Amino acid sequence: MANPENLKYTKEHEWILIEDDIATVGITKYAADALGEIVYVDLPKVGSVAAHMKICGEIESTKSVGELYAPMDGEITEVNGALDQAPDQVNQDPFGDGWLIKIRYTSLPDLLSSTEYDALVGE
Amino acid sequence: MLNTFLKPEHDKLGASFTEFGGWEMPVRYGSDIDEHHSVRNSCGLFDISHMAEIRVTGQAEEFLDYALISKLSEIENGRAKYSMICDDQGGIIDDLIVYRLDDDEFMIVANAGNQHQVVEALKNRLENFPDTKVVDESGLWSLIAMQGPKTKEILGRLVDVDLTVLKYYSIATAVLDGKDVFLARTGYTGEDGFEIFVEGDPSGVWQLLLSQDGVSPCGLACRDTLRLEAGMPLYGHELNRDLTPFAANLGKVIRFDKPNFVGKDALEKQKHPKQRLFGLQGDGRRAARADYEIFLPGESDSIGIVTSGVLSPTLQVPIALALLNADAGLEIGSEVEADVRGTRIFYKVVELPFYKRGR
Repeated sequence: MANPENLKYTKEHEWILIEDDIATVGITKYAADALGEIVYVDLPKVGSVAAHMKICGEIESTKSVGELYAPMDGEITEVNGALDQAPDQVNQDPFGDGWLIKIRYTSLPDLLSSTEYDALVGE
Repeated sequence: MLNTFLKPEHDKLGASFTEFGGWEMPVRYGSDIDEHHSVRNSCGLFDISHMAEIRVTGQAEEFLDYALISKLSEIENGRAKYSMICDDQGGIIDDLIVYRLDDDEFMIVANAGNQHQVVEALKNRLENFPDTKVVDESGLWSLIAMQGPKTKEILGRLVDVDLTVLKYYSIATAVLDGKDVFLARTGYTGEDGFEIFVEGDPSGVWQLLLSQDGVSPCGLACRDTLRLEAGMPLYGHELNRDLTPFAANLGKVIRFDKPNFVGKDALEKQKHPKQRLFGLQGDGRRAARADYEIFLPGESDSIGIVTSGVLSPTLQVPIALALLNADAGLEIGSEVEADVRGTRIFYKVVELPFYKRGR
């Protein structure tokens, strides 16, 4: 699966969809594949503060644990509660139903374009 | 890194790979959890050609009774035994499956990462056995494991022998896909199944087996969750050179009634190790992983560490093997806590194995 062109990316293998002042954040197909089948997702509380590059959640697969870094400063406005029951949505549809959190951001750091991210993961 | 003959087959199937014991091995083909369930419910096919095969001939039963901790002289031709090779301090060099092929001929299967240590240790023990030969045949053999409740029926249609008479922990020759193979009724998943020894390139056998209905290719990720549910130790996690078989609850593998074997004196003094393996089961979905520390409830001094831990795909709860202080007063039902990245998670001590197949 190609990395969608309408999204922004981080070196920590997260994707970000910017819509007005809300950023939707997930992990890329590349990251989901590398983790293996995801069995548990620990997400921050709605209303909590997101701080750029601070860990705000965990993604566990059978084999390993991945950390979710907040890609920007802001406030968590929504988390994907469906992942409690179906964490494997992150594998099945990483750029869609497998989204993780929404942040009302206060500032935006430099993010990678899809072309730059493609180059990072060698696609 | 080394590759097995089946690397092109794994590539065709879209496998992800991982390094294991110096080999590049398939870790999963699609979902490791689906692969896990396919072994529990149907039939899974594993390339385990990285495993080491060592043939011992000549005065082999006397030699193995001396070199290993079990009594191999008492097993019949065509039978297999789980054993270990220890150093003279009683430390575990490797755990092994030993197959008796004939009166004077045995095949040992060792872990890939310990191939050279095992071969070297065996050869060093040959001094008083001039008529015995130890030959490392790892480069000669490919090994395919076919595991799961439907294996006997599926494989039985493809071979010229009656699998129903091949007992658990037995080995026999057979013809499969026109090739002479060894079929062993052994495995590392907690299910009934077979391990198939093929000389050289097993691609034809692999393709034939995989083309049968109900057979899925399976990688090392699910091999690990399957063996952990079955309470089986993995060298490098539950077993190592600093531990004796007693620490792994495998003291019964040792046969002290043998007159002499490497490690005997040291092992006789270590029947009550300071730490030993316990099975732990939690609830919820967060699993303590290898090296996480274990505590008595509310205490701040660690009583040991997790050696393997995962969210069990079959039981849907976290399970772990942990090496814990023998004097911590633990018994079945005792509560302990695991430090999961800063959060204490409750576990209780349970009987092993975590999972046992129905009969």
